[in-house]
Formats: sequence, structure tokens, C-alpha cells
Amino acid sequence: MKANCWMGRNTVEVREVPDPKILNARDAIIRITSAAICGSDLHLYDGFIPTMEKGDILGHEFMGEVVEVGREVSNLRVGDRVVVPFPIACGNCLACAHGMYSVCENSNPNAALAEKIMGHAPAGIFGYSHMLGGFPGGQAQYARVPFADVGPIKVQDDLPDEQVLFLSDIFPTGWMGAEMCDIKPGDVIAVWGGGPVGQFAIASAFLMGAERVICIDRFPYRLQIAARAGAETLDYEEVDIPDALRDMTAGRGPDACIDAVGMEAHYPIPAVQAYDRAKQATRMETDRPYALREAILACRNGGIVSVIGVYAGLVDKFPMGSFMNRALTMKTGQCHVQRYMEPLLGRIRNGDIDPSFVITHELRLEDAPRGYEMFKHKEDGCNKIVLKP
Amino acid sequence: MSEEYERKTDRIASALGWASIGLGMVQLAAPGPITRLSGVDDSPLARGLVRFVGVRELFHAMVLLGSRRPAPWVWTRVAGDAMDLTTLGWAIANREGWRRRRVTAVTAAVAGLTAVDLYTAMRANRRRRGIQAPSVMSLHAAITVYRPRQEVYDFWHDFENLPRFMAHLESVETIGGGYSHWRASAPAGRCIEWDAEIVEDRPGELIAWRSTESAAVRNRGSVSFTDAPGGRGTEVRVEIEYDPPGGKVGLAFARLLGEHPEQQVRDDLRRFKQVMETGEVVRSEGSPEGIRALRQVMQRPAQPVR
Repeated sequence: MKANCWMGRNTVEVREVPDPKILNARDAIIRITSAAICGSDLHLYDGFIPTMEKGDILGHEFMGEVVEVGREVSNLRVGDRVVVPFPIACGNCLACAHGMYSVCENSNPNAALAEKIMGHAPAGIFGYSHMLGGFPGGQAQYARVPFADVGPIKVQDDLPDEQVLFLSDIFPTGWMGAEMCDIKPGDVIAVWGGGPVGQFAIASAFLMGAERVICIDRFPYRLQIAARAGAETLDYEEVDIPDALRDMTAGRGPDACIDAVGMEAHYPIPAVQAYDRAKQATRMETDRPYALREAILACRNGGIVSVIGVYAGLVDKFPMGSFMNRALTMKTGQCHVQRYMEPLLGRIRNGDIDPSFVITHELRLEDAPRGYEMFKHKEDGCNKIVLKP
Repeated sequence: MSEEYERKTDRIASALGWASIGLGMVQLAAPGPITRLSGVDDSPLARGLVRFVGVRELFHAMVLLGSRRPAPWVWTRVAGDAMDLTTLGWAIANREGWRRRRVTAVTAAVAGLTAVDLYTAMRANRRRRGIQAPSVMSLHAAITVYRPRQEVYDFWHDFENLPRFMAHLESVETIGGGYSHWRASAPAGRCIEWDAEIVEDRPGELIAWRSTESAAVRNRGSVSFTDAPGGRGTEVRVEIEYDPPGGKVGLAFARLLGEHPEQQVRDDLRRFKQVMETGEVVRSEGSPEGIRALRQVMQRPAQPVR
């Protein structure tokens, strides 16, 4: 089959690789009909996630048709149309029993690698480094889905791929980002990062009853999408964000701040950007945390900082004094997608939201390398790419 | 040896580490003046050699200051001193007049430092000899399994189940009367077999076994099961003791191969948890055998297995 493989920093290639086969009794093989490129794939592309191997198949947002099931999978049949959640979860461990699917205790065969970097190991993730399991991703014609009896959700044919594909990651991730803000009537929510995850966080915050949502980014097309969803927008290259937020909330600060940016943030002051870039390049820190620093400083006293942007290792200059003295709460996590798929499918079906609004480009799988370049450099207003194998 | 004695040795060792930093930095930053001062600036090799020694000094500093118990690392400095004294002796032999006097003075200084290094290193050795080296390897690991205690105990109690999660066991056959026959793969592709007997069995709580007299590698083990608090499942604690084949050398060799025994037991328990909770060992294309110490460091690419 054909698959999009990571071949080193800034290089992906669509290569011919063996077809997947069943390795565990609870596996299923899926023929992929749609797979998306995620902003977090760019962290891999840019070479900032440790433990990647040349040849790793990328992609953790995908859906398709079941073509084979292992002997222990009784809820799926060949021919079923399914969306696959990006964290791999067994459904049996204590974490899964509590709905904490992204920290499943059994799905990461390389847990010892992750423990060295993170202390304890999170769940395995499709196509996202070897410390997160060494599982091939879904930017391919076929994929093996472990624990297929727990993760994939069946979807009827009446909803097109474009509407349900993002149940695999970014819609639930944005939703969880808003949910962690514990939104109450009158709340003002600020969202750093107006990419697809930020866009879903904005939409979700409004669905949860936020009074106002403020989106912070620098790309005009993203700010336009945010504005269309009803958010107020701030371009951080034009205005001083902490000042602007203080002003917009009459001095209080946003009740909750969502970091939908993560480890490769940009900063409008060249010297500060250069400082963290240099430290990142020399591996003195792995992550550039501008958005996180700003979100902490901007948040109102006693407010919540919700982190859904991806971080990999260590950050520097973390404003712990502000965080501690002002009684802030931080909530984080890779999304527990399995927890949200069913209810969010319901939201799509009843017309609360049509997730296809994020898509700007549809490419053939063969064009994945061009897609990564385009997405990385934000060419042609590239907001979200869907690949068709 | 007393605690105080050991602490003092470590203090001297770190002081030597700081001295290494100072010396190394000067040698790297200003090799020219150093060669003139030592009277060897007539040699075209000297500058390069001083730089090399500077890098080596920084290495000494790194191991001395980066260790919790720095004393034994002073031996690296002793080795360095031997190298320096050899080079300097050669330099003296090839020089005359004021140059010779300078090289001799520097040699005397290095000899003085060597005496301090040697003294510290001997102190470190005395300390090590003072502590009784254990003759058996003793391992400990623990994990929490989210299943009822009786079920976890029953599964382990059937020793024929053990190879399903203990990577190095090829088979276990129960013979009856508490006896069983074990086959395991050993480092470097060898295979060992032995008989074991159950020496203690408290249903739902503890199983202890040991190898019989005939075993080539004597070993004993126990596993205990307790309720984890608040319905979190069962805490499983394993203790294993054995005479490592090949003694300490064999052990060091196994470690080099990535087969650290403690890590192996931890990995075994993780697989045990997977089997108990999900029904089998979880495989990825990067680690198709499941958790395996060697695989952790040498991953396949995340591509389907052919």
C-alpha cells in the first residue's frame, strides 16, 4: 500500500510499504477513505518530537471502512464505516475505566521510553513517535487499529466524511479545551491560536454558554474564521495582548484562557523569539512557550488555564510566581477522544455544528508532501488539509 | 568505613573536579601561554596536546561533579596524570637549559597533583572494599493491576502462564507436588533449564518459589498480592534473587546489551498487567514483540510488519 512516511526533518515521502496485518486479537484493519494533516503533525515535520524513526507512517486523524477484524472484536463487521480516535486505549485499565483514555496504561508498548522523558507513560498514539508507542499512522491506504472494540465509532452513510472525520481529534480536542474552562454564565474566554483546534474551541465555548470569546492569532484568514464564529479577534503582531485583554475585560482578565498553540509558538518581539529559538535549537529547552506564558499572565485571579496545544518536554521561564500567587488552575491533557465521540456525533447530527467549516484543501494522498509544505508555511490560506487515499 | 570518612573522600573528589574545570578552561582558552610557561612552545605538537588535555580535564570535571558519589571517578584523573607524566618525562629528555628547568618544574607540580589524586582514589577504594559486595543479584519491582486480587493470584499461581508475560521464559511445566520445570533463554543466545519448588503458598496473598539443588543458576522468587486502596485493583510486588551467570562480568555484559535485569522484571510486570487487563501482550509495529528491553532502544520504523 501507499503511505506518507516521515523521512527526517522537513521531509515526508509517499512510499510503497507492506499492507498492515492483525497483530492482536482486538485489532481491526481499516481501508482509509479520509485522513487529515494535523497542526501537531507539523511538530513532527519540524523535528521537535523526540524518538521518531526514518520511515514512520504519519497521521492520527483518519476514518474509513473496516476490511478485517481480529477474533476478539465483536462489535464491528467488515464493511462498517468508522471514525478512529487518535489515542489508542484498551478500555480495561483504571485510567480507561475513569474515561481518561489518553493516559491508558496498556496501549503503549514503549512505555519505558516515555517514562524516561515524562516520568510516567501516556497512551499510544497513531503515527506520533516511538515514545508514544511506535504505531503507524493513518495517512495511508490502510491502517491497523488496536483495541478496535473500544475506540472506533460507527457512522451511518448519510453524513459525509468531511462532517465526521474531525471526531478523530480536533473537534473533541477543542471541545475538551472549552470544557476544562468550566464555563459559567458571563464568562469571557480567551483562545491563543486560531488554527482548527482553536476554531473548535471557540465554537465549543459558545455552545457551552460563554458570554464572549476572544481569539488571538496573526494570520488574517484564521482571524476571519474566528470572527465568523462570533469571536472578537486580536492580532498579536498589531496589539499588545495583555493590555488589550485587560482593556476588553475592564481590568479583570479573561475568566479562562485556552492555549491552542503549544510548543512552537511565535512571539512578535524578535529578541524574545530568538532567545527561545536558540535554546530550542540547542536542546536547552524543547518547547517555546510564549502562548502559555501570556495566557498565565493574562488570566484573571483565580481563573483557569486550559492547555490543549501540544508540548513535548521542557519549557523555560515559566511564570510560576504569577501562577501560584494568583490562585490559578491549569488543566491539560491529550484529548480523551473516546469520551466525546458519541455526544459530539449527536451534536453534528442535530445541526449544532458542521465541522467541515475548517477544511480549505482536499488533496490526493500522493500530494501529502506538498500539503505539509503548504500547511507549514500557511500558503494559500491553508487552514486544514484532507487527504484522499 | 565510617560515613564521615566517605563524605570527606567525596568532598576531596569534588574539589578535584572543580580544579579540573579551572585547568581545562585555561588550557582550552590559552594553550599558547601554557606551552610557553611550560617551556615546550618549541614543539609544533604542544598546542594541540594542551587543548586535548583541556578537553580531557573537562571530562574529568563532568564525571566528578556529575556523580552523586564522585570518589571512585578520581581514578580517571589518576589515569590522566599517568599520561601527563609520561609526556612530560619525554619532554624533559629532549630539552636543555631553561626549557628543561621549566618542564621539570611543571612535572614536579603534576607529580604533586598526582599524589593527591592517588591518595583520594585509594581512599575511595578502601571505602568500596569496606562494603560487603552482595554475592547474589536481588531485584524488586511492583505494579498495580486493575483486577480482583484472587483472579490475579490464580493466574500467577498457574506457573505455565508465566511465559505469556516473562519474555525470557520459554516454558514452564508443572510436574506436581509443588514442583515445576523451567526453561529460559540467557544472554548471548544460550538456554538454561532448572527445576523449582514452591516453598510458600498463601492463597490470594503470596507465592514463593526457589530452584532445587540441581539448578545451574540458583534463584528464588516471591510475588505478593495486596488490595490497592480505594478499589484501584491489586498491588503486585515481585522479589527475585539469583546468582548471575558469569558473575559481575556477565551482568555488566548483559547491561551493555540493554538487558538490564531490573528493567526486565519491570517490563515483565507491565506485560503481566496487559495480559490480565486486556487479554494479551500489546504489540505495535515499532515493537512487534511487545515490550522488550532490546526493542526499546532499537525500534523498527512504524510501518506494517511484513
